[in-house]
Amino acid sequence: MMNEEKLVQLQQFAKRVRNHIVPMASDGGCFLGASLSAVDLLTYLYVDHLNLHKGNLRDENRDYLFLSKGHDVPALYGIFAELGWIEADRLKNHLSTEDHIYWHPNRNIPGVEFHSGSLGQLPSVSIGVAMDIIIRGGENRVYCVMGDGELNEGSCWEAFLVANAYKLDNLTFIIDRNNFQANMATEDLIPLESLVEKFESFGMMTQRIDGHDFMALEKAFSNIKGQTGAQVIICDTVRGKGLPSIEARADRWFCNFSQPEIQELLVELNEGFGANLVAETLVVR
Amino acid sequence: MMTYEKLLEKTALEDDRFIVMTAENRALVRNLPASLGNRFIDTGITEQTMLGAAAGLALRGRKPVVHALSAFLTMRAFEFIRTSVGIANLPVKLSSFIPGVLSDGNGPTHQAIEDISIMRGIPGMEVFAPADEEDLVEMLPQIWATENPSYVRINTRPAIVKHKPYVFGKAEHIFKGKDCTILTYGFMLEESVKAHQLLSDLGYQVGLVNLRNLKPFDGDLISKLATQTSCFITIEDHFLTGGLFSILAEYLVKNQILIPTHSIAFEDRWFKPGRLSEVLIHEGLDAKSLVEKIQKFIQK
Repeated sequence: MMNEEKLVQLQQFAKRVRNHIVPMASDGGCFLGASLSAVDLLTYLYVDHLNLHKGNLRDENRDYLFLSKGHDVPALYGIFAELGWIEADRLKNHLSTEDHIYWHPNRNIPGVEFHSGSLGQLPSVSIGVAMDIIIRGGENRVYCVMGDGELNEGSCWEAFLVANAYKLDNLTFIIDRNNFQANMATEDLIPLESLVEKFESFGMMTQRIDGHDFMALEKAFSNIKGQTGAQVIICDTVRGKGLPSIEARADRWFCNFSQPEIQELLVELNEGFGANLVAETLVVR
Repeated sequence: MMTYEKLLEKTALEDDRFIVMTAENRALVRNLPASLGNRFIDTGITEQTMLGAAAGLALRGRKPVVHALSAFLTMRAFEFIRTSVGIANLPVKLSSFIPGVLSDGNGPTHQAIEDISIMRGIPGMEVFAPADEEDLVEMLPQIWATENPSYVRINTRPAIVKHKPYVFGKAEHIFKGKDCTILTYGFMLEESVKAHQLLSDLGYQVGLVNLRNLKPFDGDLISKLATQTSCFITIEDHFLTGGLFSILAEYLVKNQILIPTHSIAFEDRWFKPGRLSEVLIHEGLDAKSLVEKIQKFIQK
């Protein structure tokens, strides 16, 4: 059971990560909504679960986390800055051609395992890594974080079939279920529900939790050990989590705000809902 | 005689970096599950997942040799090759089965006659087209030795010429000829050799080059031959667009080499499916038809 101290530590860490992310939604912008929905689950994984630390980022016995949805890479940048894997100052280089900090992950950033951006690519890459670990008799695990909209891609379902066939018990698919894809609610376009039944019918042990609840995350990730095949954890999340003015809005996918707007959003983030902010004045560019 | 399968088995047994993968296309690797155990991976009819998994295996230090029918390997899985293998420049080795006219009776769904074009467009990808199984087995050790991704048009037909040792990146210059020089690759060497003989009988001095690799391209040989032959004729079982004729044209223009150049290829159409021998005749790719076309080119 997670103690209160650990819980507060994780919450504060996630808050600091959000503070790194929000300024990236300016001067070119970023996929703010998707980044904020994934912050808590990624914070839990990197801070408390994965066998990954600054000293073993290239060690063959490390755990692997593949960020398949890609858009939420600002969350990784923020987490890596907090963990000291990259200099926090580097985040100011967002979208500068002098650095490698842009809208999708790439391996020039320490901690990023593979590039993504094309949806439905990394489930199969994760399978290859998981297969190799099994062939070599390794104990390390592989995690593949996917968007819910990403599940439109047929290659995801092809990969699930193969993961099941090869009984990849060291592989966990994590779905950031924020209910929105680029322009629309997922259920209004290509309905995904009922997701638990779909994944279970593919032979995978499936759990569904509140993806912002650290205690639920801890419990779910402790349950994946000892399974006989690949597993799925569907994390119900809120797009834009932490900024009520953009939460769960279909038009807050890609955000490019003015500097005064960013300042208002940071006030909202740090001082809670009710800060002096009028959401409708925010401009998405 | 060493076969493709025996060479692959030997290579994989000697070097555990090698993993043999197939998208349920076992024709070339039927006996390998028994000898390679868990280093033989069949992902079922899932070219995309196989290529993604190959990238994952390569990330862990492996060299996957992947097998699928040419059309599905290069086109169904194209984005996985370009994006997961290509961008990361991982040493995934693509073995492409029944390329070009070797799909004979299958029909246009199986005709990979744009494969050279699309594979060479991927930065870092190496592209090879051995003329027959002897050439294939001669070339593969060097192809598999590189740390780059590669695409190989697999051709396991028996050789009709004795090949020279393979030098990586170099073409095989088989015959010299001042009247014209045929540039060809893969299966079409077979008909080109027969055409060469018929043309020699008619008194023509025809050169013949087995390209072996399309990328890298042996430009040095082309520059040298341009001063020794009257014209180039490319022969390929590929679309005119993007294949050898395009590669040659790019090279000649870039280096400002002026020489008459002709092509025999598929011009913006699929070929008529059927028995291979009949396909060749129908498409004008058999030795007799080649001779007629080449004579006209020489007389121009």
